[in-house]
Amino acid sequence: MEQTIVSLQLPVQEALEIRKNRIAPPAGQDRGKRICIVTGVHGDELEGQYVIWELTRRLNAHPECLHGTVDLYPAVNPLGINSITRGVPLFDLDMNRIFPGTDQGHMAEYAAMKVMEDIQGADAALDIHASNIFLRELPQVRVNEASAGELVPLAKLLNVDFVWIHAASTVLESTLAHSLNAAGTRCLVVEMGVGMRITQNYGNQLIDGIFALMKHLGLWDGPTVPTRTPIVSRDEVAFINASEAGIFLPAVQHNGMVQAGQTLGVIADPLTGGTREMVTAPAAGLLFTLREYPVVYPGSLLARILKGGLSE
Amino acid sequence: MKQETLFTLDTPYRQKLDVEGFRFGKGEKSLCVVGALRGNEVQQMYVCSQLVQQLKWMEAHNDLYAGHEILIIPCVNHFSMNVGSRFWAMDHTDINRMFPGYADGETTQRIAAALFDTVKEYQYGIQFASFYMPGDFVPHVRMMETGCHTASLANLFGLPFVMLHKPGPYDTATLNYNWQLWDTNAFSIYTKETDRIDDASAAQAVTAVLRFLSRLGVVKYTCHSGCLPSVLHEEDLTSVITPCGGVFRRLLGPGEYAEYGQVLGQLLDPFTGEVRAELRSPTSGTVFFAIHHPLCTEHTVAFRIIRRMRL
Repeated sequence: MEQTIVSLQLPVQEALEIRKNRIAPPAGQDRGKRICIVTGVHGDELEGQYVIWELTRRLNAHPECLHGTVDLYPAVNPLGINSITRGVPLFDLDMNRIFPGTDQGHMAEYAAMKVMEDIQGADAALDIHASNIFLRELPQVRVNEASAGELVPLAKLLNVDFVWIHAASTVLESTLAHSLNAAGTRCLVVEMGVGMRITQNYGNQLIDGIFALMKHLGLWDGPTVPTRTPIVSRDEVAFINASEAGIFLPAVQHNGMVQAGQTLGVIADPLTGGTREMVTAPAAGLLFTLREYPVVYPGSLLARILKGGLSE
Repeated sequence: MKQETLFTLDTPYRQKLDVEGFRFGKGEKSLCVVGALRGNEVQQMYVCSQLVQQLKWMEAHNDLYAGHEILIIPCVNHFSMNVGSRFWAMDHTDINRMFPGYADGETTQRIAAALFDTVKEYQYGIQFASFYMPGDFVPHVRMMETGCHTASLANLFGLPFVMLHKPGPYDTATLNYNWQLWDTNAFSIYTKETDRIDDASAAQAVTAVLRFLSRLGVVKYTCHSGCLPSVLHEEDLTSVITPCGGVFRRLLGPGEYAEYGQVLGQLLDPFTGEVRAELRSPTSGTVFFAIHHPLCTEHTVAFRIIRRMRL
């Protein structure tokens, strides 16, 4: 059942609508627990589009296996998705930095409040992101250390490659996930793939995990597949940033093991035919992030390595 | 005056980003002024340029007292300004959400770190800032209530209002907030414009900075003593939020007094011109902020009114 969470009139003719699809047992039956699958907070991250489409398709194919309520939010920032804009058009702040929202602020802050109100009280929520247009990410769950105790057991069910427990940051207190967790609704953040693209095999991997999570919560008694055991890491991550400006040409494949000192790529200078920088791995481990967009400035993130990166 | 390149960033296919500073005097690091951190902050850069002009003249006429150094940085982000982008043109990140910066981090974190390294030891810091919602303000000084702030210092500018703002999580990465945490008395000055030049409010801002410096004994400057400001908190303002979208017709602007129930603006049907809604003032008071964009979405903060106060 499609529902409109918030509708706001735009200046000319149309309205901004944030919509969800609720899939639940028929009226009159126990609606059970509730899980919310959210994506599209950033308008340039599209990996969640496939996940929600395929998840909906599979749920609709086997309604007899569903014993709870699944709320699916494919586009929290519809104007952004529609205009290939990461943020909300004509608004300065990142939408994932204005939660829990307010009714005394900008339209985007009001919309954030309505989304928050709608999700709050669910038994679990997933906020699916897709890195950005610059980086490709292995499917992972990111968890704030403050809520790791409660969330990591759920994150392990999601069939991702690893769970990154990161340090708390004041700025991140205004994310959807942090706001929901602070309000008592467990919310996991998934990062996978790359901005402006869809990686269907990552989507299928996560969907298997979502069904496993739903089974764990008692929402689903249909078939599930065995899920992988993720690496759980507490900030044992090496960041590789460009020192020079130019064009980054990777020499390694994403999602592979690398050795300390191994060449990860070069920063090329096409004008002269020269090489501005040889980029090497500072540590051995799993290359879980790799730059996708070639143009780089000093500081541009090129790669991230999970040190060791083999087992929990 | 000494002009110097404070720091440099190499870039692909463009000249290096050289961030320029203008130093006046020698001695203790008294004041640092930062202009445009965003690519559309033309007024903010312009105010700095007018301040440089004034200080040059005063230096030539021995009106700068010995023992003080003043640093003016008109523009940090001309890379975005020259291509018409408010934020860092490559990844649309906001330098003013990256402080205190990280020297080994992403590009805008590095810019913030290099800038902060330059400006963090000054006793007083002024940023000419722009707001996250586009519109016009009554010129005012804004301070964040970090617990490290001294609100009475903001009175020395002689502008009509001092606004004290409780920082939210997204404010903690701004220059102003981090300046305060590093023991600089930090102020943001808001003039009327951002991407257009308004000479009157620019001159008002320059005078306010020089008045402030003269009261601190840094410069010799004779001027009107300005206002004894009213100190405001966010909760002293009442917002007027649009009940629908449409073409916005503003009838009252910043600084004007509104009676209770007075029509501040209208929202028109964009095709027929019919009035969809009248925005009436929910209180008597002075308009502190008003949007100016002709197209307006439902649930926009169109006006903020200082309750029961005349300018």
